[in-house]
Amino acid sequence: MSVAITFSTSGRIVRQLRHDRRTVALLMVVPAILLTLLYYMYEDAPQIFDRVALIMLGIFPFVIMFLVTSIAMLRERTSGTLERLLTTPLGKIDLLFGYGLAFSGAAAVQGAVATGVAYWLLGLDTLGSPALVVLIAIVNAVLGVALGLLCSAFARTEFQAVQFLPVVVVPQILLCGLFVPREAMAGWLQAIADVLPLTYAVDALMEVGTSADATATMWRDLIIVAGAAVLALVLAAATLRRRTP
Amino acid sequence: MNSNAIEVDDLVVERGKRRVLHGIGCSIPAGSVTGLLGPSGSGKTTLIRAIVGVQIVRSGTVTVLGMPAGTAELRRKVGYVTQAPSVYADLSVRENARYFASLYGLGAAEADRAIADVGLADAARQLVGNLSGGQRSRASLACALIGTPELLVLDEPTVGQDPVLRADLWGKFHEMAARGTTLLVSSHVMDEAGRCDRLLLIRDGRLIGDDTPAAIRAAAGTEDLEEAFLRLIRERAEVAA
Repeated sequence: MSVAITFSTSGRIVRQLRHDRRTVALLMVVPAILLTLLYYMYEDAPQIFDRVALIMLGIFPFVIMFLVTSIAMLRERTSGTLERLLTTPLGKIDLLFGYGLAFSGAAAVQGAVATGVAYWLLGLDTLGSPALVVLIAIVNAVLGVALGLLCSAFARTEFQAVQFLPVVVVPQILLCGLFVPREAMAGWLQAIADVLPLTYAVDALMEVGTSADATATMWRDLIIVAGAAVLALVLAAATLRRRTP
Repeated sequence: MNSNAIEVDDLVVERGKRRVLHGIGCSIPAGSVTGLLGPSGSGKTTLIRAIVGVQIVRSGTVTVLGMPAGTAELRRKVGYVTQAPSVYADLSVRENARYFASLYGLGAAEADRAIADVGLADAARQLVGNLSGGQRSRASLACALIGTPELLVLDEPTVGQDPVLRADLWGKFHEMAARGTTLLVSSHVMDEAGRCDRLLLIRDGRLIGDDTPAAIRAAAGTEDLEEAFLRLIRERAEVAA
């Protein structure tokens, strides 16, 4: 593990992203547009908008960073750059943390834009601070990056990689408490929801919605999400093999 | 210090159910340019991958600069250029070179020098994705020249290059060898064989020749290396039959 190599790797990934202006524009603008859509859907029910928009601020970075990372890492594998990198002094963890840093940086900007739009233009109202919402959004983005890195190991093509979205991401969105409160779900569904990390991210956001200060539950939730991200990164490191058949 | 940069002993590699290398053994002297010649599908890339330590091998040993291939320490000493240019298409040539330089703890000056060495100084600011195939593989080569590795393993580096550039690159390879770098260069074009100090001829996963071009010409009784390769193949077929 080398800090210098980790930083130069994340710098390289950010530079790649910067050359792709359309992706940058989509990353920054799409969440704000979707939130605006929600705003008009719930024009007559602002308390529902407050609940749904708040949860969406956590789900967007998770989904988007999952998708971006799994494709980026798959490209690294298929273009031969990964094989080449693994013959250099770069460590596996340097590469994975490089990705984590680069995309969570992108997620921080994206989260700040989306949260700013939600609070100042669309009148989102929460008891807790918008800064906590951005923090949770960033941790969710890291989770998305980590799961994306892991899943890319099980895909050979970009077609396969995008199929992991319905497999890995959609169940978490369905069960996280956005559609049906977790307490109202059947016991076995609750049991599944309890082992899915996004559940805790949404729980943390709801804490921000209903408490003026950061609560112990929120910090616990956030630590669980971060722990799941670290676990996924470690598993992803195990899928990076210097020697291949 | 061992005078051989690479020693391969009874190397067997299987990919899937197919045996790709059947007990290869050879030595590559330090400070030489060795050509690995053979048709497409003969096992050149597999042998190269075993030497840089990314290939899972079935049996046999590969020793590189006195250490087992794939040893962590070798990652600083061995440069590797894959057959398909493995550089980032969405970065400029310079950004690619600087990134690879940073992996060795080196700076922009080394990166720029490597770019100039492969004749891409004028294209340094261009995105690799917008370059021609030949330029792209030179960009990939530049990234391997950074940090002056002790051993440089190049998988078909001159494919698609114009003849003048190809001659320049071979000149560069010999300059590097004169300064002590060992080069292993694979090719499927026989006209490049004459430019090597030594040749390894490989076919169907077996070495059928391992000598200097002059010795191979003499043994086969022809000045033409392509013809010599053919005669070696026929001789072996007769021995087998």
